[in-house]
Amino acid sequence: MSDRRPELKRLDENRWQISPVGGMRVPGIIYSSETLMKQMGADESPIQVANVGHLPGIVKYSLAMPDMHWGYGFPIGGVAAFSMDEGVISPGGVGYDINCGCRLMTSRLHIDHIRDHLKTLIMALFQNIPSGVGSRGVLKLSEKEEKKVLAEGSAWAVARGFGTAADIEATEDGGKMPGADPEKVSARALERGRDQLGTLGSGNHFLEIEVVEEIYDEPAAQAFGLELGQVAVMIHSGSRGLGYQVCDDYLARMVKHIGELGVALPDRQLACAYVSSERGKDYLAAMACAANYAWANRQLLMHRTREIFEKTLGMGPKETGMRLFYDICHNIAKIETFPLEGRLVKLCVHRKGATRAFPPGHASVPASYRAVGQPVLIPGDMGTGSYIMAGTQKAYEETFGSTCHGAGRVMSRTQAMKAGRGRSIAREMADKGIIVMASGKGTISEEMPDAYKDLDAVVDVVHKAGISKKVARLRALGCIKG
Amino acid sequence: MKKYRIFDHTADLGIEVRGVSLADLFDNAVSAVADMTADRERVKAQEIRVIRAEGSDREDLWVNFLREVLYAVNGERFLIAECHIKEIDDTHVAAEVRGEPLDPLRHEIKKELKAVTYHQASIKQDAHGLRGRVILDV
Repeated sequence: MSDRRPELKRLDENRWQISPVGGMRVPGIIYSSETLMKQMGADESPIQVANVGHLPGIVKYSLAMPDMHWGYGFPIGGVAAFSMDEGVISPGGVGYDINCGCRLMTSRLHIDHIRDHLKTLIMALFQNIPSGVGSRGVLKLSEKEEKKVLAEGSAWAVARGFGTAADIEATEDGGKMPGADPEKVSARALERGRDQLGTLGSGNHFLEIEVVEEIYDEPAAQAFGLELGQVAVMIHSGSRGLGYQVCDDYLARMVKHIGELGVALPDRQLACAYVSSERGKDYLAAMACAANYAWANRQLLMHRTREIFEKTLGMGPKETGMRLFYDICHNIAKIETFPLEGRLVKLCVHRKGATRAFPPGHASVPASYRAVGQPVLIPGDMGTGSYIMAGTQKAYEETFGSTCHGAGRVMSRTQAMKAGRGRSIAREMADKGIIVMASGKGTISEEMPDAYKDLDAVVDVVHKAGISKKVARLRALGCIKG
Repeated sequence: MKKYRIFDHTADLGIEVRGVSLADLFDNAVSAVADMTADRERVKAQEIRVIRAEGSDREDLWVNFLREVLYAVNGERFLIAECHIKEIDDTHVAAEVRGEPLDPLRHEIKKELKAVTYHQASIKQDAHGLRGRVILDV
């Protein structure tokens, strides 16, 4: 294993290359800017980009987006595609929080409609949406019902009145990943998932009320139904304890058989199985279950949010007009088709802290957005707001249809706690007009804006590199955290 | 010397544990997990559970054991007050942990430790004894 930082060669304004050395099969490519690269300091993520390049069947290069930082195994912000015949699937390349992702709800409400109710809204959301460590939901699922959630995803929630068919249309993959087999999910994972559906979780997960503050691309914004002053809600959550357990179970299983790969891996956390092997297929079937659980979870969180808005504002659904704009996952492996050497090839694409960014005209993009490209949601750190971008043809050809997923940490949680000592981050946010409520005592300090890279700088890189384009920016008004 | 310390990792948390023997090292690692997840003074040592793990080598055993400890806390909501290593070699461990089920009225989970990773997990011998490192996903 190499623990030395690899040599980085600048390719152009927004790309750095790691040339293949030692056991690397392909080069590494990092999308970044000079400032972001400097800020990274001694962060070990470039070593991880190089390590991913060792994996069997990796196609073209090991990629990293500008929000990249030191993860475990894969870097966070990493993208890698593998051949279906000779390539691998790696649970560590997906992450513990399988289908961690974002959904954005837009509305007919203008900021003036809610300005005076903002505090009441945030309080009501905080009181009614279970959040924090090990939080339990209102629903207690039987094992039979839980397996239906795993097989059906968002559709399970909609069939039970928690949403509409339009919500499914606006979710990546229609909120249901094909190939899910609940029998491949362990008893432990099922147990952990039984009472956590409809809960936000802890750490960097949040629910934020935002307002459209700036529009960069008027025709795209129009096609997306966005306008200045419009109120929106961003939800960031994932598959909760069930997803962590699925990753943990399969990672341990793959570590146990690591010798059978016939290849030395630079890090045990990169343990993997051939996509075509039984172990690989089993993981994909279990991972799809966790992905579906996450979609059902975000669907429930969103539905509850809609109800709370209606009740608090004393309005009906027609007046609030709260609809799902789009839902994307940013911790996932997908079987997708890409152009490769003049033909279309099926590949297994890992996005670990990276977002899909499919181009205009792609069949996977909802019909109403198809002329513009897939909506890409880039949440910022607490209280910063978010970007809405659109996928591009260049991303499809160059990054396996992928772009960045957020701001990306620069400070560790302990550094953030130290930096926050003696300060009231909640008060600092309130001074900026942003209401923040959190369940965990240390959460607000750990998640302080200073702990993250500059979101504008990250988004500028992917925009300039052409792997997604800026459509609009949203400002945060209030936020609840776990 | 401190039994363990937290070290920095950009996205997650690392723990570095010290021990005079393998049993001591594993015992102190359980203390680290118990302290990070709950206020241990409020956890009564009223129930006994046995946690077993296997591994292909020391490092593998180290990670697998901590995975089992974390499952007791996260999956079974069993808070740990004390730990006694009953048997240990490089590939097997059996630990007796004492604690009680999480009672939301009396206990608060301080931090969610999602998982134990294999990334840079190590056990090394130095002049002061054994030093084990592990990175937790939080």
